[in-house]
Amino acid sequence: MTSPSQTGVVEKAAPAAEGGAPPGLAPRQLMWRRFRRDRTGMVSAGVVLFFFLVALLAPLISTLYGKDPYTTYGLDRPELLDPLTGYPMKPNGGIDGEFWFGIEPKLGRDVLMQLVYGIRTSLLIGLAATVLSTVTGIVIGVVAGYMGGRTDYFLGRLIDLLLSFPQQLFFVAFMPVVTALFVSPQKETPTYFRVTALVLVLWLLGWMQLARLLRGQVLSLREREFVEAAKVTGASPWRIVRKELLPNLGTPILVQATLMLPNFVTTEAALSFLGVGMVEPTPDWGRMFAKGANFYEGDITYMFFPGIAMVVFVVAFNLLGDSVRDAMDPKTTR
Amino acid sequence: MLRFLARRTLGAIVILLLISAITFFLFFALPAEPARLACGKNCDPTSLAIINKNLGLDQPVPVQYAKFMVGIFVGRDFAVGHCDAPCFGYSFVSQEPVWGTIVDRFPTTLSLAVGGAAVFLVFGVGIGMIAAWRRGTWVDKFVSSLSLLGASMQIYFVGVLCLAWFVSGLGIMEQPAYHSVTDNPAKWFSGMLLPWLVLSLIFMANYSRMTRSQMVEQLQEDHVRTARAKGLSGRTVFFRYAWRGAIAPIVTIFGIDLGSLFGGAMVTEYTFTLHGIGRLAVESVQLTDLPMLMGVMLVSAAAIVVFNILVDAAYAFIDPRVRLA
Repeated sequence: MTSPSQTGVVEKAAPAAEGGAPPGLAPRQLMWRRFRRDRTGMVSAGVVLFFFLVALLAPLISTLYGKDPYTTYGLDRPELLDPLTGYPMKPNGGIDGEFWFGIEPKLGRDVLMQLVYGIRTSLLIGLAATVLSTVTGIVIGVVAGYMGGRTDYFLGRLIDLLLSFPQQLFFVAFMPVVTALFVSPQKETPTYFRVTALVLVLWLLGWMQLARLLRGQVLSLREREFVEAAKVTGASPWRIVRKELLPNLGTPILVQATLMLPNFVTTEAALSFLGVGMVEPTPDWGRMFAKGANFYEGDITYMFFPGIAMVVFVVAFNLLGDSVRDAMDPKTTR
Repeated sequence: MLRFLARRTLGAIVILLLISAITFFLFFALPAEPARLACGKNCDPTSLAIINKNLGLDQPVPVQYAKFMVGIFVGRDFAVGHCDAPCFGYSFVSQEPVWGTIVDRFPTTLSLAVGGAAVFLVFGVGIGMIAAWRRGTWVDKFVSSLSLLGASMQIYFVGVLCLAWFVSGLGIMEQPAYHSVTDNPAKWFSGMLLPWLVLSLIFMANYSRMTRSQMVEQLQEDHVRTARAKGLSGRTVFFRYAWRGAIAPIVTIFGIDLGSLFGGAMVTEYTFTLHGIGRLAVESVQLTDLPMLMGVMLVSAAAIVVFNILVDAAYAFIDPRVRLA
């Protein structure tokens, strides 16, 4: 972590020196400079960016490629699928110039489009859960650490309690509860609602690690001179949190958030794999694994694309997390 | 030590009570009519009323909760008959007692957890130590990148690939299935081998990363330097001095992992069609079998809480500086 006193000095010095000679680099610029020199970090950032672009531009890709994730090409054109087994006629899952990643067995949908839109769904859910959990973690952690006393005690026990829940099981178990809460069992659950339910469930048990970490950081930060100085000058608690504490919590927040996102994405995929996440016909990264597990004896190729994409995504994110940490905190040795 | 255990056990009981209350109220209070879930899609009012009456669902939720909790310790009488001491009620779907089903499924989960844990502990820690021993060399770099790759693997991907390649494709491994250890140990071993390996692959990466970083940290400590300066052999320093210090955090994580594995490794069991606790949980979610889910939830939570206490107690043995008071 950049030392808090240094942060304060540089930030306060910067405006005064604006007109004259460059006052040296702000911590943020230093970080960026270190990060840019880290080749692994840059490459993995590129890969991560690529995934987000794919998710964002899915409709454009669909238009350019000329297919969508819902049309059952295999059923419309019987020459594509084996009428007996339902597996693609061509080898390797039906990969050819028209269907770049092959076609799905049985239904004959386009695998590339399934994957692109699946990544879109999964990243949307993962990103929403990350943002919500990060904000909750910051609020609870800072409140617990800064207020101390009874507030801290109760928030601490709440965190303990939530951490001793069997996490995976909780995710799986509460999906139907959250769904049944708003949609009567006789009716079809709308897609947007399933997305919301997944985000809610992931969020509910996702914020504690960050909150606990930040609480510890705030506990030590609030005893530092610069916070005391701010207090003496009559700064309000809100101002102290915003101007003195939060700027110094940037590193743990960013590092934790980069760890959180791939975690949420893989958890969401696991839920869909287990059949309690996203369901047909919404394209979803995890649901492709569930499908692939059904077809593995006849057509393993189908599984490769979502699988390898996910491995690349998670590896890139982990490397990115390491690089971010290195850039922000050059003292750590790996 | 005894006082510590007593205090921790008390704390654990409070946590379990809270978890059971939260779970119960969420499951039974929130959905408008749990009996409707039990009843299925086409359901008429008469059968609804019967289900409600038989399962005691017509009473207020706090009363239901109290009866449920009392039932766990002393048993409970239902309209359909008496349910013996650890009574978690009856499944909405199969009408079987929940506790009986859990006891039935437990050996599978136990085998998976114990075997898998043995593999990933031995290999994960071993690989991590080799990497630390040869720090900075190609061995270290190779192992580290392999760990990164392993940590990024998903069971639902690797597991299915292994099934396709080793079981259906090459036929060098047996279709994963659970056979009783006491009946046929060889069959038990070959049936669980693939799940163990795949499960431990994911964990192994974590353990080797952690072992490596702990060892590297410990090797820079003063007492290790002193030991070296005394002229002790590299091996003694490595195993007696550095390793002793590195092991504590590994034990912590291992306890937590083992606890959650005992509560059912859902994805692994689902991938390999093993009928353990985890798969039971997934099935009861898919069928909205609330009593079953409630039972599994409590058993899993208990496993996690118990292992947390064991870890803390083990700490005192490993690290004499930790005083349990």
